[in-house]
Amino acid sequence: MPFRFVILWSDALTYLLLAVSVFYGVYASRHEHLRAPWRRVRRNPLAMAALVVLAAYGITGLMDSVHFRLRLPGPAAPGGHAIYSPQVLSLLDVLCTPLRTHDEQTYSAPFALHAFTPKLVRLSDGRRVMEYPRLRYGGAGLTAAGGRAHDISVRCLRAAAEGVLVWLAAVVALARWRVKGAGESLRAALWRLARGETDVPWRAMLASLGVIILIVAAIANLAGEYHIFGTDQVGQDVLFEAIKSIRTDLLIGTLSTLVMLPFALALGVMAGYSGGRTDDVIQYLYTTLGSIPSVLLIIAGILSLNLYMTDHAAAFDTIAQRQDVRLLSLCVGLGVTGWIGLCRLLRGETMKLRQMDYIQAAIALGVRPRRIMTRHILPNVMHIVLIYAVISFSGLVLAEAVLSYIGVGVDPSMNSWGNMINGARLEMARDPVVWWSLAAAFLFMFTLVLAANLFADAVRDAFDPRMRT
Amino acid sequence: MIAYIIRRILYAIPILIGVNLLTFALFFFVNSPNDMARLHLGVKRVTPQAIAEWKAEHGYDQPLFYNAAAAGAGKLTHTLFFQRSVKLFVFDFGRSDDGRDIGSDIRQRMWPSLAIQVPTLVLGLAVCISMALMTVFFRGTYLDATGVVLAVVMMSISQLFYVIGGQYLFSKVLRLVPISGYDTGLSAIKFVILPIAVGIVSGIGLGVRLNRTFFLEESGKDYVRTARAKGLSEIRVLFRHVLKNAMIPILTGVVVVIPTLFTGSLILESFFGIPGLGSYLIDAIRAQDFGIVHVMVFLGSVLYIVGLILTDISYTLVDPRVRLG
Repeated sequence: MPFRFVILWSDALTYLLLAVSVFYGVYASRHEHLRAPWRRVRRNPLAMAALVVLAAYGITGLMDSVHFRLRLPGPAAPGGHAIYSPQVLSLLDVLCTPLRTHDEQTYSAPFALHAFTPKLVRLSDGRRVMEYPRLRYGGAGLTAAGGRAHDISVRCLRAAAEGVLVWLAAVVALARWRVKGAGESLRAALWRLARGETDVPWRAMLASLGVIILIVAAIANLAGEYHIFGTDQVGQDVLFEAIKSIRTDLLIGTLSTLVMLPFALALGVMAGYSGGRTDDVIQYLYTTLGSIPSVLLIIAGILSLNLYMTDHAAAFDTIAQRQDVRLLSLCVGLGVTGWIGLCRLLRGETMKLRQMDYIQAAIALGVRPRRIMTRHILPNVMHIVLIYAVISFSGLVLAEAVLSYIGVGVDPSMNSWGNMINGARLEMARDPVVWWSLAAAFLFMFTLVLAANLFADAVRDAFDPRMRT
Repeated sequence: MIAYIIRRILYAIPILIGVNLLTFALFFFVNSPNDMARLHLGVKRVTPQAIAEWKAEHGYDQPLFYNAAAAGAGKLTHTLFFQRSVKLFVFDFGRSDDGRDIGSDIRQRMWPSLAIQVPTLVLGLAVCISMALMTVFFRGTYLDATGVVLAVVMMSISQLFYVIGGQYLFSKVLRLVPISGYDTGLSAIKFVILPIAVGIVSGIGLGVRLNRTFFLEESGKDYVRTARAKGLSEIRVLFRHVLKNAMIPILTGVVVVIPTLFTGSLILESFFGIPGLGSYLIDAIRAQDFGIVHVMVFLGSVLYIVGLILTDISYTLVDPRVRLG
């Protein structure tokens, strides 16, 4: 085999999360009480447009979660074992190979041909001059420097044409798919899509899909030749960093909820159902955890982990492994703090449900407590879990940036928007300002968080009518 | 009422013991005092003797929970856990790992933190309430819709960007205020004005949305309908009836955070170079100083619990129907 799959812990959890979501999707589609609120979400144009954006982020993150090590060329090691590269690559890395490999010396501005900082160069006649060295990759294909604007506009036009073509293909495919069952003409179907006269707001979804396709096309056409967002201090392409950060931040936003979910569910339902001593103990547990301000708890946890890792450096041999441990412990830290709020909500809801007739009937019929909790209470509190998970996502992404900035976030060598901001912050003092790292981090993060917020609002409105704003 | 408060304070004791046990477990189970000594001494000077000296000097030379060598009650008291946490309960914070008196540091650094946090809270609340009232007053119009969308957009921007943007615009381009730093007395104003403004603006999105829900919830109630049916103007209804009643959830929500104002804001203080407790904590994190972090965790928990008790009391003050029992 030319490569060998590597499954990091966070990858395994990503797959688990995917499995849970698929299972939930199948389950929800079979139960009317879950289908009804989702139908409401589906009718919300803003939420569906946001969902398309979230899906684009999700697909990028998933591609970045398929890791492998390439086989090194050359003869196999004695014993017939193939030798694999120590570098762990992901599917996304391979797709973005030009972005990944086009490293410059140091800072360069977006679309620049020359480096940002001058360098002392010795001319052939012995004189020394300060000169802005030509970039190795930025605009390497250009023959004359003046042709840059022309080259960029040609590439943009080509990207636009390609993007529109792909988008039109998507629109027609959608219309044909909708025609299939309805028995209407393709033209009528397209007309209805364009007028927005569909039950599901396809028009809004297609619009945001169109924007995404155009952006991807522009990146595909431009990124091989230029550094769209410039390069950072060590000369790495900032756009590539921002794209790689997607996985980190998605993982933090989702895994934090996933890792704490079993505990919150079990303890919350148990406390609410059993009452008495059990309730007291569980309440004490979460009040104690909850009374520590969440940032401090995470700081304490990450700090001691840091120290442990410096002392036991041997146990974490590859960078990927080290990053993974840091990432997961951050998820656990964020999860523990989120756990308390969810546990409290679940306890309250269970206490309310316990008084309902159907639970009283089940108790009277002699159903065992464990069965009541799993069969009768759990399905009826799941909407709280869903709302909580969706709402906390954007907060977790924002928290990542702040924590990485403080120095207790993900590993400093890992790509994340927080680390990008942290690295770029000190360069604000330069004149002219190195703004592109911040701009890239801002754009990517803002889009994700905004989409998540819009979607979360729709989900909350659909599942919890009381909280509607 | 007094009995209730006393009971709540007594309840707080087991919780604080739990907090201490937890931080202890985090710090000393994962990393033994030996590890910490090695870290602080650096790679070169690590000898068993140096480690023992460092531990003795910083009070880490006792067993964690149970001292078999001591006699009687000393078995429990001559331990790291007892020495380190019991003192916290009488607010004797001891010394940090590099030998500074934590208690006096905190007393000194508390004021700059408050100078930022209190105006941010008060002015921020005023801004959020008035903006939320405006969206409710223009309910159903484009102004309302724009306001709501703007709130979502504003809460989707990380506070870090508000800070960076504010610093760039007002300090670097317009040169209105210094980029960072702090001074005592009245001359502190020019240093705190930007952090306060940034703190307020970054809180608008969330605050407006939250207060708007309170107002909307209140304006759906029967007494509001009666007031309208009576022929009161919408402004009168909003200010005399809705605002007054919506202040109950708004104020009780604020009371929780009042004690935590002391600990300051991590982001604002570190960006603007303000010598408050937030930057104290960040410095401690960078220096991996467990003594300070331990104290700050304890202090944070105490303040949080105080906030909860104050919330309960404020409920009875604003709403006589609530009885504490």
